[in-house]
Amino acid sequence: MTLAQDPTLASFGHDPWWLIIIKIVFAFLFGLVGTLLGVWMERRVVARMAVRPGPNRHGPFGLLQTLADGLKMAFKEDIMPRAADKVVYFLAPTISVVCGFTALSVIPFGPMVSIFGHHTPLQVTDIPVAVLLVLAVSSIAVYGTVLAGWASGSPYPLLGGLRASAQMISYEVAQGLSIVAVFLTASSMSTSQIVAAQAGNDTSWGPVNAPSWYALLLLPSFLIYFVSAVAETGRAPFDLPEGESEIVGGYFTEYASSLKWALFMMAEYVHMLVVSSVATTLFLGGWRAPWPITLWSGANSGWWPLLWFFGKVAVLLFVFVWLRGTLPRLRYDQFMHLGWKVLLPVNLVWILLLAGINVINDWRTRDRLLVIGGVALAALLIAMLWPTRRPEPEVPLQEQVDARPPGSFPVPPIDLQVPPSPRVRREVAERQPATVGGPSAGGQPEEKEG
Amino acid sequence: MTVSDVLLLGLGAVAVGAALLVVTTRHLVRAGLYLVVALGAVAGIYLVLAAELVAWVQVLIYVGAVVVLLLFAVMLTRAPIGPSEDLDRPGWPALLVGGGSGLGLAALLVDAYRWSTVDRDQVGDAQRLGTEIFRSWVLPFEVLSVLLLAALVGAIVVSRPEVGRARPRPPDRGER
Repeated sequence: MTLAQDPTLASFGHDPWWLIIIKIVFAFLFGLVGTLLGVWMERRVVARMAVRPGPNRHGPFGLLQTLADGLKMAFKEDIMPRAADKVVYFLAPTISVVCGFTALSVIPFGPMVSIFGHHTPLQVTDIPVAVLLVLAVSSIAVYGTVLAGWASGSPYPLLGGLRASAQMISYEVAQGLSIVAVFLTASSMSTSQIVAAQAGNDTSWGPVNAPSWYALLLLPSFLIYFVSAVAETGRAPFDLPEGESEIVGGYFTEYASSLKWALFMMAEYVHMLVVSSVATTLFLGGWRAPWPITLWSGANSGWWPLLWFFGKVAVLLFVFVWLRGTLPRLRYDQFMHLGWKVLLPVNLVWILLLAGINVINDWRTRDRLLVIGGVALAALLIAMLWPTRRPEPEVPLQEQVDARPPGSFPVPPIDLQVPPSPRVRREVAERQPATVGGPSAGGQPEEKEG
Repeated sequence: MTVSDVLLLGLGAVAVGAALLVVTTRHLVRAGLYLVVALGAVAGIYLVLAAELVAWVQVLIYVGAVVVLLLFAVMLTRAPIGPSEDLDRPGWPALLVGGGSGLGLAALLVDAYRWSTVDRDQVGDAQRLGTEIFRSWVLPFEVLSVLLLAALVGAIVVSRPEVGRARPRPPDRGER
């Protein structure tokens, strides 16, 4: 039986009610099981990177560890801080989780399949502006974090909530702009149509028929999207809202290990699943098989695409864990610098370039060359005439201290001397001092160091 | 009365009710949350009118960014949990200005459209909206962006009093 492969927008909205419920339950289970396996994978992978076994007691390879933890949390005491705003305190984790699951409803998991004789796309629903829905829902999810911090009624959570709101708003801008390039190229905002737009086999680079994924075609957008997705989900190295060495536990400090805390953990992992699925859909060809598998003609039909989709999502989740196991947390000002002064301008210039290429693509060759030459000349001129950065004037320490407004807290001076690391200290200590005429009687002379 | 009429009326009631709660509640942060409900209800109205692009952009910008920034500012300065007793000021001038501009706009719109009907197929589709904004209405759009730019520059000037002084203060490394 041959099925029409690619769902169009017209293929949605014809399902009977029981099929809709099946699909919704499937998307919900995807989030739930993804969380269970994601927590397990993260703990095992990070453990392996830190050369220790990780959870291995419950079930084969410790697979049931997350389930055991979840059960344990359900039986723990539910603490309500006395200063908390009761309603909002209860509402905050719910908002986080609900927003995460809502975004899963427009993710295309596969092509048209036949379920109990019904011919239907493997996607809960699709609308012409589906990607905007994902963005909107993830921007509502910020409320869960901010309100949790505020409603706890204590300083550390409030600081965590403040950090979280500033962080998420800043990186939402970069994230939204990185998707604009996809909209421009696919000329659609619906997830299923963006997957369909990446199906073309016409980009053959040399001998290999390269996949026409937007991750290759729009590489800067993909990188910016992924970086800002890591920041959106508040994962290391951007886990400043919950930086445990700085502000205890950030916004969920007061949600001490009850079921509400479990909801926050779940929201984090569902959010990771959502951004991984969106990255797969927008940049990695969605449910379509990667190159060597496409040689087999049946790769993109039936239920096989589910496997390719889950595989791509799993790879992206692994990258999340890998980042956490590798990189230290950024300082807050460095983090904001990256978002506003690097990602945003690069993104804008890239979109301008892309739109320009789109416009001059159907011009005559002479005009095209003129425009390209003019742009290159302008860029060269700007690069040549760009003023070099003047070194910042050295301000003496006493003047810095005097310049502070009255009533300031004592702060360490800016030119603080960092003491040498223990390794340097050890290496200096192990050096044999050179003496004239053999070792001196007075023992080792003390080493001098900065 | 069709389903969409009922939805429109319900969402309108939610929007107006939440807006009233915004100005009457004594909880500072809850006022922000009621504002979220009001703006969300307006997004729902757009959705019922088949303007889905506008609806989701409303959620993305107003609910997701503007009110979060408002809450951020409130929390940065002071965020009491519980009612604040010192919030109220004489409300009559505000009522006059707000009610007057609301009624005036309503009269203007009612007069402009009267009983003309709009076909609801493809109303808020992204392509059509883009064509309208960037062909017919591009000048107001650009003027608005200049206005926003002016607000941005003004905010920077207000927040950095050392700009334009004779000798700049030492660079503040800890700036956010």
